[in-house]
Amino acid sequence: MQKMLRFLFYIVVVGYAGITLGPFIWSIITSLKPTSELNTFAVNIKHLTLDNYKMIITKFPFLRWFINSAIVAAIVTFGNMLFNSMAGYALARINFPGKNFLFLLVLALMMIPGQVVMVPTYILLSKLGWVNTYMGLTIPFLTSNFGIFLMRQFFLTIPRELEEAATIDGMSRFGIFFKIVLPLAKPALATQFIFMFTGNWNSFLWPSLLTSTSDMYTLPVGLNSFYGQYYQFWNQVMAGAILLTLPTIVIFLIFQRYFVRGIATTGLK
Amino acid sequence: MGTKMAMRKRYLYEALTGYAFMLPFIASISIFLIGPLIYAFIISFKEFSFLNPGASRWIGFENYIKLFSDPTFKRALLNTTLYSLGVVPTQLIIALILALIVNSDIKGKTFFRVAYYIPTVTSTVAVSVIFLYLFKADGLVNALLAKFGIQGPTWFYDVRFALPSIMMMAIWSSVGNYMVIFLAGLQDIPSELYEAAEVDGANKFQRFFKITLPMLRPIVFFNLVMSLIGTFQVFDQAYVVSRGTGGPLDATMTVVLYIYRTGFRDFNMGYASAMAFVLFVIILILTLIQRRLFKEETY
Repeated sequence: MQKMLRFLFYIVVVGYAGITLGPFIWSIITSLKPTSELNTFAVNIKHLTLDNYKMIITKFPFLRWFINSAIVAAIVTFGNMLFNSMAGYALARINFPGKNFLFLLVLALMMIPGQVVMVPTYILLSKLGWVNTYMGLTIPFLTSNFGIFLMRQFFLTIPRELEEAATIDGMSRFGIFFKIVLPLAKPALATQFIFMFTGNWNSFLWPSLLTSTSDMYTLPVGLNSFYGQYYQFWNQVMAGAILLTLPTIVIFLIFQRYFVRGIATTGLK
Repeated sequence: MGTKMAMRKRYLYEALTGYAFMLPFIASISIFLIGPLIYAFIISFKEFSFLNPGASRWIGFENYIKLFSDPTFKRALLNTTLYSLGVVPTQLIIALILALIVNSDIKGKTFFRVAYYIPTVTSTVAVSVIFLYLFKADGLVNALLAKFGIQGPTWFYDVRFALPSIMMMAIWSSVGNYMVIFLAGLQDIPSELYEAAEVDGANKFQRFFKITLPMLRPIVFFNLVMSLIGTFQVFDQAYVVSRGTGGPLDATMTVVLYIYRTGFRDFNMGYASAMAFVLFVIILILTLIQRRLFKEETY
């Protein structure tokens, strides 16, 4: 009986991994298939080819979209890591009038769906001439209330004694923040990095609103428009999907060992 | 006297440092959140088009009144509600089961954790095209079903199956997120509790219902709120799958997709803003109700 249960348990465990990984495996295989073999489920290993990737990069602007996404995600992620950490630290450690109000604001504004400000933000950005520019795709997204909350919770767990010792040694708040506090925050920073990078890299609603010409598309917007025109070429669509998916998976694999710890220590729950 | 001055100076310096650290946040939310929020509230009482701002005019509550007789909005609200009702509980139950699995002493724990989480880091657009491919009329899924003698539907293009298909896709791609948060919560439960229960002769199920679940209560609350907020804002999948139309026959029209179409295709921006505020109020009320139900919440 016990053995039976154990066996069933492992079927569930492995089976669910099949459900999560299966679609990726099938789309990778498809992305390597020549168009002539698209209609069959059989896979002829000898015929697998990287041609579809070559095709979407040389004949279609996937490389440009990839670079756009990389630039935007890099700026937004870096801005969030810095600004959210700064704000989170101030809310956790520094005394100033209005601190509680600002913290409440962080929490309250988290509840507002971004769609509420979609129209005015679009009008504002178009008045600034920032629609269809890198400025428009990055500047409005440089801080995140969720990220600030996450960092504050983490900084509360760092023992005060470390900072007090540094104050006695004559270090300024800025020095303490950059030299002592941030290096201690690696799990929280890694967690934030994963959230911010994947969130921005995968973002679709805002970039599709804020870009109007193909040369400014980010990868998700580009893939969607490519799919709209060439949906019968599933091998190339899948190559595009894999190109879009790969960077976030690689980054997650690199930082995942910090991830659960980061979430646990930030009290994000 | 001197020390008092020095203390005041230090206090002032401390406060200024605090504001300096907060400045990017304050600037960002003022310009890109609070300002637009006020503006959106104002134009929700106007007939307003971005293309011709000069022709905008006050119409009072007309936009809000119109909502209740707009069949597409009603349909979008119904779809979004069904979507949320289907996705939230299913996703949280699966997430909890998976968290319990990867928290137990199985072989290859890290592998399974990563495998279960990977859909979460994947772009909704990539997931949408991958699922459109897997679930197309003559795709892999229907071919497998045919092996069991089942004639599969056309999933995303069938009026009855389109919304459930998007729900299934959403569950698949976001379960990992909630799993990780449950996992962090599980690891926080002191092992002494389980040891004491074991001494008292409690079996696995008793331990789960008497220790694990009550201890996880705040995390269940957090996940429930996050999942609810997320599901009411569904857009990407519906947009990609229906090519922005909400079709077939409005079967995949969601509130946010309708806001997007009204605001940026029909340029009826006052009406779109009114809809967005109704959505906001719905999310707010649902969150407050849950807070009531759970009483001792986390934050």
